[in-house]
Amino acid sequence: MTAAQGFRHGLRTAIVSVFALVLVGTYVSVGALAHDFGFSASWVAAQTVLIWAAPAQVIMITAMGAGASPLEVAIAVGLSAVRLMPMVVALLPILRTPRTRGWQLVITAHFTAASMWIEALRLAPDVPREARIGFANGLGVAFMSVAVASAVGGYFLAFSLPTALVAALLFLTPSSFLIGAIRNSRRMVDWLALAFGLALAPVLALGAVRLDLLWTGLVGGTAAYLVQRLRGGR
Amino acid sequence: MSVLGDLWPYVVLVLVGFLPNEIWRWLGVVAAHRAGEQSEFLTWARAVATAVLAGVVAKIIFFAPGALASVPLAVRLAATVVAVIAYLLIRRSIFAGVLCGSIALVLGGLVLAP
Repeated sequence: MTAAQGFRHGLRTAIVSVFALVLVGTYVSVGALAHDFGFSASWVAAQTVLIWAAPAQVIMITAMGAGASPLEVAIAVGLSAVRLMPMVVALLPILRTPRTRGWQLVITAHFTAASMWIEALRLAPDVPREARIGFANGLGVAFMSVAVASAVGGYFLAFSLPTALVAALLFLTPSSFLIGAIRNSRRMVDWLALAFGLALAPVLALGAVRLDLLWTGLVGGTAAYLVQRLRGGR
Repeated sequence: MSVLGDLWPYVVLVLVGFLPNEIWRWLGVVAAHRAGEQSEFLTWARAVATAVLAGVVAKIIFFAPGALASVPLAVRLAATVVAVIAYLLIRRSIFAGVLCGSIALVLGGLVLAP
């Protein structure tokens, strides 16, 4: 399989993935939010391509809409995006070959977000290694295209959607992420990280701990890793 | 000036949106540079990323944003359980799990509307 065939395989895989549907739900609400806060449709489309992380986009829209200073917005966006780093670290070694260039990794890293990460982590090992970067980019391009179209659609339509439907759309994110993480869990460390993360985040948030998600990841992930090490499992 | 005025929202987007977000992906590229596919560092990074993802799931369910908050917490938790059980029972299909969870959420919200 060539890189171009891998790319087309990624496009086809993404379009029939349940995460394409999840992105429709997520980005319809991002588009509607941008509309409500007075941004333009082309701006939210550009934001989706450039940031490509729904939580950071929601934070940026609401913070700027509320009149926060540029520095405050940048800090809030930056804090929400720390989670992208371990995702990129865990994914790239699976995708690259010894001949992969640095700029190619920067492009694939840009496409890395929760939906693409879950699907690439599961499916890339079945793709021949020389086609994996193309496959991941195909996933990313297709998912991003769906997201941009949904954000623009949501910008013009979503403010008239019934509350029950919007609630169901918002529920797509946690349910699909949870099932995706369950499906991707093979080793004990994956299951422990999942359980620790589910348990820690609400406790830290209730305790009004600052940077709760960051601590959830560092404490929960490190604890899962250490238990695996101590038990001697792989 | 009007050209700058039109472009200004995009300049702001790059400076306070794209850069503080993308820097973490670039740092990930740098950190992944030396990690091998089977390395301990990679196992740890994956555990951290999985724990954060699980944390995002738990926070959305417990502290629901926007319209999702109109559905009672008990219904949100029950719909999550329905989604996972449906996934396990129906051919390990994420689509089946997500669909059944969403149906449970809407029905539960209608029955137990506050």
